[in-house]
Amino acid sequence: MIAEAGHFALILAFVFACIQAVVPMIGANRGDGALMDTGRVAALGQFTFTLVAFLALMHAFVVSDFSVANVAENSHSAKPLLYKITGVWGNHEGSMVLWVLILALFGAAVAALGQNLPPSLRARVLSVQAMIGAGFLLFILWTSNPFLRLDPPPADGSGLNPILQDPGLAFHPPFLYLGYVGFSIAFSFAIAALIEGRVDAAWARWVRPWTLAAWCALTLGIALGSWWAYYELGWGGFWFWDPVENASFMPWLAGTALLHSAIVVEKRGALKSWTVLLAILTFVLSLMGTFLVRSGVLTSVHTFANDPERGLFILALLMIATAGGLGLYAFRAPTLRAGGLFAPISREGGLVLNNLLLGTACATVFIGTLYPLFLEALGGGKVSVGVPYYNLTFVPLMVPLLVVMGVGPLLAWKRGDLAGALARLRAAAMITGLAALITILLNDGPALAIVGITLAVWLLTGALTELAERIRLFRGPLGDSLRRLARLPRAALAMTTAHAALAVVVLGITASTAWQSERILIMAPGETTEIAGYGITLERVVTVPGPNYAAERATLRVTAGGRPIATLRPERRRFTDPPQITTEAAIRTTLLADLYAVIGDRQQPGSDGGGKAGWTVRLYHNPLVPWIWIGAVLMVLGGLVSLTDRRHRVGAPRRAAAGSDTAGARPA
Amino acid sequence: MTIAGPPRRALTAKRRRLYLLVAALITLGAAAALILNAFEDSLVFFVTPTELKAKGAPEGRVIRIGGLVEEGSVRRSNADPTVRFAVTDLANRVEVRYRGILPDLFREGQGVVAQGRLGADGVFVASEVLAKHDETYMPKEVADALKKSGQWKPGAKGQGGASGAEAKP
Repeated sequence: MIAEAGHFALILAFVFACIQAVVPMIGANRGDGALMDTGRVAALGQFTFTLVAFLALMHAFVVSDFSVANVAENSHSAKPLLYKITGVWGNHEGSMVLWVLILALFGAAVAALGQNLPPSLRARVLSVQAMIGAGFLLFILWTSNPFLRLDPPPADGSGLNPILQDPGLAFHPPFLYLGYVGFSIAFSFAIAALIEGRVDAAWARWVRPWTLAAWCALTLGIALGSWWAYYELGWGGFWFWDPVENASFMPWLAGTALLHSAIVVEKRGALKSWTVLLAILTFVLSLMGTFLVRSGVLTSVHTFANDPERGLFILALLMIATAGGLGLYAFRAPTLRAGGLFAPISREGGLVLNNLLLGTACATVFIGTLYPLFLEALGGGKVSVGVPYYNLTFVPLMVPLLVVMGVGPLLAWKRGDLAGALARLRAAAMITGLAALITILLNDGPALAIVGITLAVWLLTGALTELAERIRLFRGPLGDSLRRLARLPRAALAMTTAHAALAVVVLGITASTAWQSERILIMAPGETTEIAGYGITLERVVTVPGPNYAAERATLRVTAGGRPIATLRPERRRFTDPPQITTEAAIRTTLLADLYAVIGDRQQPGSDGGGKAGWTVRLYHNPLVPWIWIGAVLMVLGGLVSLTDRRHRVGAPRRAAAGSDTAGARPA
Repeated sequence: MTIAGPPRRALTAKRRRLYLLVAALITLGAAAALILNAFEDSLVFFVTPTELKAKGAPEGRVIRIGGLVEEGSVRRSNADPTVRFAVTDLANRVEVRYRGILPDLFREGQGVVAQGRLGADGVFVASEVLAKHDETYMPKEVADALKKSGQWKPGAKGQGGASGAEAKP
C-alpha cells in the first residue's frame, strides 16, 4: 500500500513539475504576478511529493518489504539498519529518486528563500528547474520505477553489494548529488538570464551562493568517494582517474571556474557571457556524469548500474539540455552588454587565466574519459586511458595554475602592479626557495616531488601573505591587525582558507605519491618484517563473526625502535548474501603518515613440502596522505565561510545601487 | 601567458579581446600538444585471448586482456605472493602471472581484466588485475569478448551473469 502511495506521489510530483515548468514562464512573459507565483507553490508541491515518494521507498527498505522488486533485488533482512537506509540510493532506481529529490529541494529552496529575487527572474528560474525535474521524473516513471511489485514476493532479498556496505560510501552519493544537481540552479539562472537578456552584478550575487553550496557538497562528495576508495579497495591509492571519478571531477573543475568568473561579473561586470556559458557547461557536465555512471557505457571499477535503454533516455535529456542551453546562448549571448575593461595584469586577468587553465584541464579530462568511447564507436578497437595520460596532460596544466594562484589575489582590480605584488611576495618566495632546497636534498623519489612541494609551499605562503597584507600584520601593533582580521569580509577569509587548503591537498598528493613505500609478502604467524622504519609482526589470524559476515582478522603488532606502538587488525570479510569477499584495510595514522595493512589469501605449503604456510600481507607507508582529505574539508570550510558573507544576505538590489564598485555593471 | 609589461596606451575592448584570444590559444595549443603527446604512449589497447593468439602483442607495450578466469587454473607460489592463472574467452587462453593481492572479486570462472605486458615466454605479466564490482559481476569488455568468441549466454543479468558463462570449453 505504501509503495503504491509512493508511486502515486511520484506521478503527482511529475504533474506539479509540468505545471511549474509552463505556468510561471507564461506568467513572466505576460508580466502576470499571479501566474508567476504559481511557480513557487508548484515548486513546494513537487518537492513535497518527491519527498513522500522517497520516504515511501525508504520505508519499504527499512521494513524489508520484499514484494517490492527493488527492495528484493538490493536489500536483505539481515542487513544492519544503516545499510537498509543507505541501500535506498545504493541502486539505480533509488539513486535516481534521490537525484530528483535534491533537484526539487533546490527548486523549493529558490521558491522559499528567493524573496529578494525579481519576480520574473524567479519565475523563469523555477520554470527551467522544473523542466529538468519533469524530464527526470518521467525517466523514473518510464524506465526505472522503484515501486514495481513482485508476485509472489521472495522469502528474502538478494542483498546489497557488500563493498557498498560502508559508512564512507553510504553518504558519498547524497553529497555528490547535492553537488551535481546543485549546479542545476546555476544552469536555471543562466537560462533565465538569457531569456531576460540581462546579466548584471546582482545576478552574479544571486547565482554565487547556490553555486558555492553545490560546489561545497561536490567537493565533500568527491573527497568521501576518494577516502572510501583509499581504505576500502585495499590498493592504498586515493584517485585512479577512473571514468566515474572523472565524471564527478569534470563538473567540479567547471564549477570551480564558475565560482571564480562569477566574482568578476559581480565586482566588475565583465566576463558576463563567459560566466553564463560556464554555468550551462557545468550543469551539462553534471548531466553527462549522471549519464556516464548510469548508462554503463564506460567500464569502470565503480560502475554499479548499467542498462543501455536507460542510458539512451538520459542521453536524450542530456542532448536536450545541451542543445537547448547552448542554442539559447548562441542566440541571446550577443545581446549581453560587455562590462568593465581591465588590463591583462589585474585581478580580472588572473581570474581569466584561472578559468582558461581550469577549462583546459577539464577538457583534457573530458578527452581522456570519452576518447575510448569515440574510438570504439568508430571501430578503432577498445582502449583504456589510464593514469599516465593524466600525469602527462592534467598535471602540467596545474603547474601554471598554482603559480598564478600565489600572485593573483595580490593584484588590484582593473590594473594590477605585478612588480609590487612580487615585491610583497618576497618572504613567500624565500620560504618557497628554502622548501625547494630542502626537498631537493632529502628527496629520494621522483623529481616531480620537488615541483609539487615547491608549488604547494608557494601557494600556501602566497595565500598567507595576501592575508597578512590585508590585516597589515607586522606593520603596526598586533592588536590592530587582529581587529582588522575580525572585521575582514568573510569572502576574503574564505579565499585564503580555500587556497591554503588546496596547498595542503597538493602537499598530500605529492608526498603520498612520491614517497609511498610498499611491501607485499607472505607472512607466517610470528614472522616480522619492516617498512619505513616500523617493525611489523603478524601475531595471529582468527575468524570472527560479524553482523552479516564472517571475517578473517589478522593481528599485526607495530613497533618503532623496538617499542610496541600500535596494533593493526586488517580483515577479510566473507559475506553470504550475496556471496562476496571484501577487504578491510587497517590504517594507523599519525596525521603525518598512514601505516596501511591489508591481508590477502591464505597460502598452503606446497604438496612437495616446499614453501610455507601463511597469509599474503600487503603493507603501505603513505606519507601525508591524510592531508588530502584534511585539505578537502578545509576547502569546504572555506566555501561555507564564503556563504556566510554579509553581501549574500543583504538585499542585493539595494547593495547594487549603493555600491560604487558595481556602478559600471548596472543595466543600462 | 599574459605576463607582459603594462600597456602604455589605453586599453580598448578590441585590444583586450586580442589578449584573451592569444592567452586562450596558447593554453589550448599547449593542451593539444600535451594530449597528443600523451596519447602517443599511454593508450592501453584491450585484446581478447583469441586476438592475442592471432595477432600477437606489440613488443613491450602495455595492453589489457580480458575474459574469464579459467576454472582450476589458479596456482599460487609459496615462496612469494605470485599468482598464476589463465584468462580464457572459452576459445583461447592466455597464461597470466601477477605479484600481489588479487582483488576481492577475483574468482575462478568469473570475469577479469588484467593490464600488463606480454613476456617473451608467452606469459602475460600483469601489473594490475581488475575484477569489476558492478551489479552484474561482468566487465563490459569481458562480455563483449565472450560474445565475440560465441560463448556468451544471454539472459545473464544479476548475479547469475557470471555463472551463466561458467560453462567449461
